[in-house]
Amino acid sequence: MADNAKQTSADDFTPIAGADRAKLDDEKIATPSLTFLQDSWRRLRKNKAAMIALVILIILFILAFFSFLFETHNPNATNPNFANLPPKIPGIDINGFNGTIDQSGQRVNAYAQAHAGNHFYILGTDYLGRDLFSRILYGTRISLEIALIASFFDLAFGVVYGITSGWIGGRVDTLMQRIIEIMLSIPNLVVMVLLILVLKPGMTAIILSIAITSWINMARLVRAQTLELKNQEFILAARTLGESSWKIAFKHLLPNLSSVIIINLMFTIPTAIFFEAFLSYIGIGISAPQASLGTLINDGQKNFQFLPYQMWYPAIVLSVLMIAFNILGDGLRDALDPKSRE
Amino acid sequence: MIDYSEENKILQVEHLKQYFNIGKPNEVRAVDDITFDVYRGETFGLVGESGSGKTTTGRAIIHLYEPTSGKIVFDGQDVSKLNSKKQKQTFRRDMQMIFQDPYASLNPRMKVKDIVAEGIDINHLAKDDADRSKQVEDLLETVGLNKDHSSRYPHEFSGGQRQRIGIARALAVQPQFIIADEPISALDVSIQAQVVNLLKKLQRERNLTYLFIAHDLSMVKYISDRIGVMHYGRMLEIASSDEIYAHPLHDYTASLLSAVPVPDPEYERARVQIPYDASQEFDGKERSLVEIVPHHWVRASEDEIPMYQKRAQEDSRLKQ
Amino acid sequence: MENEKDVLEVRNLKINFNTYAGTVQAIRDVSFDLRKGETLAIVGESGSGKTVTTRSIMGLNSPNAVIDSGTIMFKGQDLLKKSRKQMDQIRGRDIAEIFQDPMTSLDPTMKIGKQIAEPLIIHKGMKREKAYAQALEMMKLVGIENAEQRINNYPHQFSGGMRQRIVIAIALVNYPEILIADEPTTALDVTIQAQILDLMKELQAKTNTSIIFITHDLGVVAGMADRVAVMYAGKIVEYGTVDEIFYNPKHPYTWGLLNSMPTMDTSGTELPSIPGTPPDLLDPPVGDAFAARNKYALKIDTEKQPPFFKVSDTHYAATWLLDKRAPKVTPPEPIIERQKHYAELVHQEINKSKGNHVEEQEEQL
Repeated sequence: MADNAKQTSADDFTPIAGADRAKLDDEKIATPSLTFLQDSWRRLRKNKAAMIALVILIILFILAFFSFLFETHNPNATNPNFANLPPKIPGIDINGFNGTIDQSGQRVNAYAQAHAGNHFYILGTDYLGRDLFSRILYGTRISLEIALIASFFDLAFGVVYGITSGWIGGRVDTLMQRIIEIMLSIPNLVVMVLLILVLKPGMTAIILSIAITSWINMARLVRAQTLELKNQEFILAARTLGESSWKIAFKHLLPNLSSVIIINLMFTIPTAIFFEAFLSYIGIGISAPQASLGTLINDGQKNFQFLPYQMWYPAIVLSVLMIAFNILGDGLRDALDPKSRE
Repeated sequence: MIDYSEENKILQVEHLKQYFNIGKPNEVRAVDDITFDVYRGETFGLVGESGSGKTTTGRAIIHLYEPTSGKIVFDGQDVSKLNSKKQKQTFRRDMQMIFQDPYASLNPRMKVKDIVAEGIDINHLAKDDADRSKQVEDLLETVGLNKDHSSRYPHEFSGGQRQRIGIARALAVQPQFIIADEPISALDVSIQAQVVNLLKKLQRERNLTYLFIAHDLSMVKYISDRIGVMHYGRMLEIASSDEIYAHPLHDYTASLLSAVPVPDPEYERARVQIPYDASQEFDGKERSLVEIVPHHWVRASEDEIPMYQKRAQEDSRLKQ
Repeated sequence: MENEKDVLEVRNLKINFNTYAGTVQAIRDVSFDLRKGETLAIVGESGSGKTVTTRSIMGLNSPNAVIDSGTIMFKGQDLLKKSRKQMDQIRGRDIAEIFQDPMTSLDPTMKIGKQIAEPLIIHKGMKREKAYAQALEMMKLVGIENAEQRINNYPHQFSGGMRQRIVIAIALVNYPEILIADEPTTALDVTIQAQILDLMKELQAKTNTSIIFITHDLGVVAGMADRVAVMYAGKIVEYGTVDEIFYNPKHPYTWGLLNSMPTMDTSGTELPSIPGTPPDLLDPPVGDAFAARNKYALKIDTEKQPPFFKVSDTHYAATWLLDKRAPKVTPPEPIIERQKHYAELVHQEINKSKGNHVEEQEEQL
């Protein structure tokens, strides 16, 4: 606070001239302008776990949907001569990846045994000689397709149902909620079994089952958030301006619901993925010979005692997929939460 | 000066009631039969504490709530129920609202430009995009903001600036009547003065009429021509702002005024708050607004009228 | 002000906040004293730094706050250097705080008797029965009727004003040396506000607690404070006794604040207001932070920050206008009125001290 009086002159004590005053901006905003999404992305980037999960998911997506680039063999091609071969990755000589297997205490080169010296199955083969790696890729693709389908229903049914129920309110809301509750009270499994009576087990039945049940949580969350937003003053302002309900839903409600929607999507997906895997595992979902992570785990389970890799690898992929979505969902929830902005 | 002739009434509220959860055990009679008029070009201050029903009154008039019963006449038309689409559209242009919470009254995901232009878009008041931008810029300038603020988001602005954006939004449709619902309560004192000055300037320039809802009595007196005091959903007293402050007739008004802090230490040291017993409102007597002296109404029962008349006389005797 | 002893000494406090956009200089050199039994009001707009100041005293700043420099001396020790555990002991026992929103200040799932008794049990190690007995006494002291029954009620069973009384009871139950009140009545109706403020004055007289009262409402300050510190952009710009600040203000910001509050007599078309908004402390301007909004600004205000100039032993203002070399400025009309009143007050004081002598002389005239 101390000042050097010597350095100031009498001239300094003149009032500010008009031109100089104009330079002082009394309404200046110094911080850079970030949209809500930009700001959330910045916050997400700080969360290491979520970023790792995101990268893993991107890799898995690429591997699964561009599997034709990575497939080493046809996933459905059987080759009984090369059944139950351990993983062999060219150039790696660690037990478990060098084509050798522990048979009654001895390390044996299984590829030599089966006269498959020129072939490489990087994750081994199953009991029918099918390449496990390619089958896992294919199964992952099915899981991710399920993910996309579940997302679609979440958005198409869940969000619309939730906004409608919340915005209209009153009796309509009560009725819509009761309908959901009835639907919820029927277990997914029962729905699936009933569908199989009518349709064959397969993707169609699974999709239908998901279509009936998986979006309900989204509807409830969106409804709750809509009820809260409905009474916010900016919505009241839109109403006093004469904005139609449709426009309000699109312009005002949806953008402010986006956090809830994105976060919930990240949690719906692993549930749906697991649902499919589980159904396939118990045999009423995707069925053999098609590869789904569930059927692979089922197949692998049979040989678990001697050839554990057949179950481990599909199980690991399924787990990683689900954990990644969950961690990303967690990270997104923190990043999108406007209350914890600094 | 305000023309207080019958023809110059822009808003007439008659026996307005707004009840919630009717018939259920948690029934709330937020507005319980109020009647008042607002004249063109004036500012009518509606004053009350929390639970008085003042905000609900404003929202009922502008049809954010559908009134339970009562008549609302606006600009000569009965708008108690908005029936046709055209009627709605005209109403929503002529009457606008400014809200209390600067943090909740702007959509956080929209740019300022789009927030202000919303009314313009709905009513197709702009010929093209360039015209729209120009109108928004003019409005922002009118409320004292820069035009490069239009591409920013609400969270980048201070409370006072946000409130001004809200005013710009209301002005965009060129209304005649603006209900200001506690527009300055959430703002700092020095910013309150800015916003109030802006509102007064706009009123002069655009011949606006305001219904100014507030609980801050000193500011309400400054901005209002006439004041209505509400308590528990009822209108207790209506008079010009000078009258209300100089000669409060109802006990509640007197109590309210005595509680207002003033930036004057000597006055504060001497101030004594007058307590008020609210039970006198619920003694079951029939009451309505009675004009005790010209232009000064008090909610009274038949037998209380002489008492209030005497009070009015006493005060004026003191004045002499 | 009977006791001149200083209870709290804040010296050259500088606090920064690290945000993604950069470093925000929230407090840029704040010094003040708090005397025993007095009420010091800190007045300022949002963003002036008043809340950060008191949070720093309590050690409750958010994790991205950095103490750049300064000391807060309480009972001979620097609070800024204390550990979290040490501050835990001080908070609630020696220094207590009450906040603005009574709805969220109380634990909704805990009976209020327990909430009031808690500080006694934690800090004084009192046994339950004794603590509850004292809690009951406190409830009666703050004016809660039927205290014996209501001690078992939950917060939602009380009105806003009653809840604030409970909050005050919790804060004062350990008879702390300092009570920090951060806008305690802003959320309350004006009639309830008057009651709560009267209550606080009563209790202060009984317990001799020093109060730091934060508010932006000058009417409340006039009724509560002994001394006032006016803050702007992270610094104190003027401080003095309440009479000095209200009747003889010297800083243009104080003038602006006083003028922008209408009183019962204010009329006219324009309420004098301070244009613009407070500066962004991410990038504080060079020189006086108030210059951009100050119509009395001098050229030097854009170059150097003004130091404190002494107006009296108890009154200081940080404005270049008080420098000898500055031109004489006429303050706005309402301020001149206030200053006239101040001259009368001073005159009265002088007369009082002269005593009967003057009275006799006047009688003779």
